[in-house]
Amino acid sequence: MFTKKQNVEAVEAFSSNLEIQGRSLWQDARIRFMRNKAAMVSLVILAAIVLAVIFVPMMAEFAYDDTDWYALHEGPSATHLFGTDSLGRDLFVRTFIGGRISMMVGVLGAVVAVIIGTVYGATSGFIGGKVDRIMMRVLEILYAIPFMFLVIVLVTFFGRNIVLIFVAIGAIAWLDMARIVRGQTLSLRSKEFIEAAHVSGVSKWNIIRRHIIPNVLGIVAVYSTLLVPSMILTESFLSFLGLGVQEPMTSWGALLQEGAQSMEVAIWQLGFPAAFMVITLFCFNYIGDGLRDALDPKDR
Amino acid sequence: MFKFILKRVIEAIPTLLVLITVSFFLMRFAPGSPFSSERELPPQVMQNINAKYGLDKPVFEQYTTYLTNVLQGDLGPSFKYQDFTVNELVVAALPVSAKIGAFAFIFALVCGVAIGTIAALKQNTWLDYGLMSTSMLGIVMPSFVLAPVLIYIFSIGLGWFPAGGWFDGSLKYMVLPVLGMAMMYVATFARITRGSMIETLNSNFIRTARAKGLSFSYIVLRHALKPAMLPVVSYMGPAFVGIITGSVVIETIFGLPGIGKLFVNAAFNRDYSLVMGITILIGLLFIVFNAIVDILLAYVDPKIRY
Repeated sequence: MFTKKQNVEAVEAFSSNLEIQGRSLWQDARIRFMRNKAAMVSLVILAAIVLAVIFVPMMAEFAYDDTDWYALHEGPSATHLFGTDSLGRDLFVRTFIGGRISMMVGVLGAVVAVIIGTVYGATSGFIGGKVDRIMMRVLEILYAIPFMFLVIVLVTFFGRNIVLIFVAIGAIAWLDMARIVRGQTLSLRSKEFIEAAHVSGVSKWNIIRRHIIPNVLGIVAVYSTLLVPSMILTESFLSFLGLGVQEPMTSWGALLQEGAQSMEVAIWQLGFPAAFMVITLFCFNYIGDGLRDALDPKDR
Repeated sequence: MFKFILKRVIEAIPTLLVLITVSFFLMRFAPGSPFSSERELPPQVMQNINAKYGLDKPVFEQYTTYLTNVLQGDLGPSFKYQDFTVNELVVAALPVSAKIGAFAFIFALVCGVAIGTIAALKQNTWLDYGLMSTSMLGIVMPSFVLAPVLIYIFSIGLGWFPAGGWFDGSLKYMVLPVLGMAMMYVATFARITRGSMIETLNSNFIRTARAKGLSFSYIVLRHALKPAMLPVVSYMGPAFVGIITGSVVIETIFGLPGIGKLFVNAAFNRDYSLVMGITILIGLLFIVFNAIVDILLAYVDPKIRY
């Protein structure tokens, strides 16, 4: 009686319902991330800031280098929402243009750091042995070098060029990334699927590319979201010293420097860029924390 | 222990060599020279200047001369501040930076650990949330935002402290720079301490100690604090590096005659020997401090054997 076709179908339908929906690591992580309120709010705010930074300067009434001689050092008003600076330039537009530069440098610096760090760390951890020891020694030597000072030297001597700045910043920041990726790779290396790849004759480089790098991507994602704010900070640091972007172009660091000089008479020149920068950094940090909690397998 | 320290010293030698070499060749191949000015100098004068500073010799010879001098502790004459050697300039500026840096570091460590411990003990209460969100603000508020805000509030607004300068280095000139420099690290130390303290308090040996009936404050101070300090100690290295790097900005904002300010001026003036001297000095400081941190770590963590 159970061999009846409809019964079999019914049983099959029932059993397929019983099957637990499989969830991948990434789906799981996404669900946990969405539950994290601080991270989600940060994500929304950050998205808004990114859109504003891209589109506001395009649509605004003034250009970032337009000077209004009748409105020097003017406070916030209907025409100039954030007021004007000492040359009568509209601070609303400049804040967003500055944000555009800061974020661009932040993201590009982080990308440079992530690429160098991941490749270096994965190679070192995967090859192991003598090569690993030498590569880690090199890293230790680089750790002891006061890079910020070298960057300052580099920028003053070779010209203040934005490409050079983020290459230099990215080149500093890959050290931590390389260490983290190496640690992960070392533990991955002894896993069965890597051994299987070895046995089936996959070349070392291909194992790194196809197996190691995709598997460390989670931790890389977390650290790159935390890298972006630190890159933004580094760029602002240089710009604040007058070594970053040059007039009439601007960035948050450069705006902060101008604002700090004229804060006695015009506090808004410090306040608006500072607020935007701090909010952006807040968001990046909360998103990074959220991602870490979401992707950390220990937390299951 | 002695062997461990000796090993660290030997390991530091190649690092220093790399640092000296990199900074030397960076300077030599940089376009422009410290003596190029608006007015072109007659070639004879140029030649004499180059001869005085040894710039007319082949690059490699210059390098070996510089290296031997540095190893003897002589950083050479300053290119821009005539009549001064780099050693003299650095010795004059170092106490200012050292004083502010040391105060900032100790302040950050003590306050950070205290705040983090309190937050961990009151986990998930309003006090914890309040302290932790404030510390997040501290982390995202870089010194070059915080320092002007401090000046705005405490010097311009309230008039409690001077807005800058050093004068005789008395306490009131130090408060704002130290605060501006330290807040970020207070916040970071607090977050690290909170995390590791919570983890430690949940571990088995703490449960045993409580089961024995020891008082809670005794458990925290005597049993939990030391193991909870591990991540804090390992963050001391990066914090130290950050405070030294931050001194560049803080000294510029407050107009303090310290190493950071000296360095920025030297870089702008293309004072090669001064820039190199300070870079090497700071690299040396990093190495020494990291070695101290490693020794401390070995002391705190019984798992580390040397």
